[in-house]
Amino acid sequence: MTGSPVEVVVTGYGATTPLGGDAASTWEALLAGKSGVALSSGAFTERFDLPVKISAQLAVEPTEVIARVQARRMDRCEQVAIVAAREAWAHAGLGGDEPQVEPERLAVCVGTGIGGAVTLLDQHDLLVSGGVRKVSPLTVPMLMPNGPAAVVSLELGARAGTHAPVSACASGAEALAWAYRLLQDGDADVVVAGGAEACITGITVAGFVQSRTLSQRNDDPERASRPFDTQRDGFVLGEGAGILVLERADFARARGATIHGRLSGYGLTSDGYHITGPDPSGAGQSRAMLKAVERAGLEPSDITHVNCHATSTVAGDVGEAAAVRKALGDQPVLTAPKSALGHLVGAAGAVESLVTMLSIREGIVPATLNLEELDPGVTLDVVRGEPRKMDIDAAMNNSFGFGGHNASVVFTKV
Amino acid sequence: MADNAEILAGLAEIVEEVAGIDAGDVAAEKSFVDDLDIDSLSMVEIAVQAEDKFGVKIPDEQLAELKTVGDAVDYIAKNQ
Repeated sequence: MTGSPVEVVVTGYGATTPLGGDAASTWEALLAGKSGVALSSGAFTERFDLPVKISAQLAVEPTEVIARVQARRMDRCEQVAIVAAREAWAHAGLGGDEPQVEPERLAVCVGTGIGGAVTLLDQHDLLVSGGVRKVSPLTVPMLMPNGPAAVVSLELGARAGTHAPVSACASGAEALAWAYRLLQDGDADVVVAGGAEACITGITVAGFVQSRTLSQRNDDPERASRPFDTQRDGFVLGEGAGILVLERADFARARGATIHGRLSGYGLTSDGYHITGPDPSGAGQSRAMLKAVERAGLEPSDITHVNCHATSTVAGDVGEAAAVRKALGDQPVLTAPKSALGHLVGAAGAVESLVTMLSIREGIVPATLNLEELDPGVTLDVVRGEPRKMDIDAAMNNSFGFGGHNASVVFTKV
Repeated sequence: MADNAEILAGLAEIVEEVAGIDAGDVAAEKSFVDDLDIDSLSMVEIAVQAEDKFGVKIPDEQLAELKTVGDAVDYIAKNQ
């Protein structure tokens, strides 16, 4: 189902997350109810005596799969983008010797929330200790927020445009929305789209601590991320990347590609309310959801599953559930993958959109972990305990970001 | 003071570290750009590491003149 002239389909995907080094292992771990949260490795926790000692770090180090010389030219957020993009490109059947898409018809759209801040910090340390000669000539291309998109573009030789939406935790979903637009506007036949983030370090943890948004459940890391539960106390910072290969359906069919799902619509709105807190009325979130449904040519009641943004913060989760109910009705079955993945910030919307699409394709919704007592403010059905088998024709992923960004995307069954 | 063979070996180590080219392929007659496919950003890194290793100064205008590995070895030998 699509309400727009160009049918947009997913022909490949890739991911590297706290649950696995690729999409398949991430999906299997989600269905198995595994958690990617643990005590943080690295010296920063002790060095700064951080009150939050847990995070959701990558299951597979990108330097294990990227050649050393290429890896040293990239920030970690660029490395994860490359890992996921390579997987997606090969999965889409585009990695063979015969080029299947003209470079001038191939675009890239990869967002990030924070970008290469670790590089900025490292290079600043070198500037202080050793002077300008010690600063890498690659400093700027490694720290710039368009870096993940740029390295993917370079790797694939994409020449139809390279874009990098930056909208905090909505970046990954917004990248899919931009990709959809590019395809609708006829600017490309294939868009490699998604999000990347890898910024678990002293300053980011400290900053989130000071904004009072992180869980401090250090004594029980795997139970720290608990969206919709009455005992939730904040999110768990994660890292990773998710990439989808989006194509015009006619182009995909003509080249005989396997079609895994359909991106049917998106809605982007902003709250204009507060720099970090969501508008308590949920109006901006509801409008994003309704725009996505309308663009998909659907009715709100057609959405039977919502893969929620739900980060495990006190205010956010209940507000989102209310906004879903207001926009779509009481039929959507919810899940909150951040309970297992942690919060992948600029990658979250991309990885969780992939999960949403796989839930439709496989007919099963992963459970929300650690949901022991549902917050009474949530009056919708949330999958918990075991994954739930259900036949889904249309599902939505929500992603919201600091700054008041609201992004909803709708996937439908092919 | 390193002799030319030692300078070549040391330079080859730096090139391998920065650009991933096997040290054995870093021969005097090879052009940094045309043969070894080293970009201008990596050349800056190589120059800084060579300065530290051999105690020389390689000004930017000089770096632009060092087309081959042999050019760099000769320059370092004369200026160390």
